[in-house]
Amino acid sequence: MATNQEHTEYVLRIGDNALILGQRLSEWCGHAPVLEEDMALANMALDLIGQARMLLTRAGALEGEGRDEDRLAFLRTEGHYRNLTLCELPNHDFARTKVRNYLFSTFQVLLLSRLVGSTDAELAAIAGKSLKEARYHQQHSGDWVIRLGDGTEESHRRTQEALDYLWPYTAEFFAPAPGEDAIAAAGIGPAWHELEQSWEAQVHPLMVEATLTVPPRTPFKSYGKFGRHSEHMGHLLATMQYMQRTYPDTQW
Amino acid sequence: MEKKEWPLWEVFIRSRNGLDHKHCGSVHAPDARIALQVARDVYTRRMEGVSIWVVQADHIVASDPDAKPELFDPAEDKIYRHPTFYKLPDEVNHM
Repeated sequence: MATNQEHTEYVLRIGDNALILGQRLSEWCGHAPVLEEDMALANMALDLIGQARMLLTRAGALEGEGRDEDRLAFLRTEGHYRNLTLCELPNHDFARTKVRNYLFSTFQVLLLSRLVGSTDAELAAIAGKSLKEARYHQQHSGDWVIRLGDGTEESHRRTQEALDYLWPYTAEFFAPAPGEDAIAAAGIGPAWHELEQSWEAQVHPLMVEATLTVPPRTPFKSYGKFGRHSEHMGHLLATMQYMQRTYPDTQW
Repeated sequence: MEKKEWPLWEVFIRSRNGLDHKHCGSVHAPDARIALQVARDVYTRRMEGVSIWVVQADHIVASDPDAKPELFDPAEDKIYRHPTFYKLPDEVNHM
């Protein structure tokens, strides 16, 4: 039987991914290559923040210590964040942003498709709503990865560079996390390694279509979902949490 | 590096309860697939059950405003062509 803490952590892992990637995508606001893409990126950031709000609220309820979405988002330090390292990496350029969105949203679609049948009815409902959004993110970013990879010499170079840079971080998606087996046994959600094959089966053909080369796996490991983050995370949180830390418990 | 200008697409949307597609604006996009996605973001706020058409603006042929007299004016002085003199039964009052 999964403990309450395992259940909370599992939901936090999903919610923190959405929150942190949502924060990253919002940084594009007003800076995208064209107006249309500016809107699309903001749109996706809003989708992710919306998902994060629901998931953090659910995690707070499971935890039972009276922490709401705001407390969880704004008053946790980086060691308590459970997001994948991939989500917190800087946007860098348009190619890296799009490749990341594709790698992540493909994973998210697979995860949410499974969570729709969760024994945690609230989590299942959140997944049902989020899945439609994630499918759109996957389609949109996948189209762009193909377009950029198979575009000009320069766009191909940047997209390949983005894939080479991000690829090692995707191993973390499928690394076993504590309590995951109990979560799977209780029917709350899959252990994430169960999604690896389907993920690879979708990602590889798209990269071929985009004329990109998927780099080989290396021993590199990242540990964001265990609370050990990259050097970028602290800066991201400093920006995100500044107001709440300066004026704690204000109404807004 | 060659910078390609994105062509203009005209967007037509049928709302959930709408009967026909109405022109609602335009977007710039590199191809039809992306034009659809952009139009969805900009004009539908992702309300489900709507239909979107995008047409590359080059493909639309418009009537010439200077040709207005010969195109449209003749209709005005032939009122016998207008079906406005019939008394409709009450049942069809909303025609």
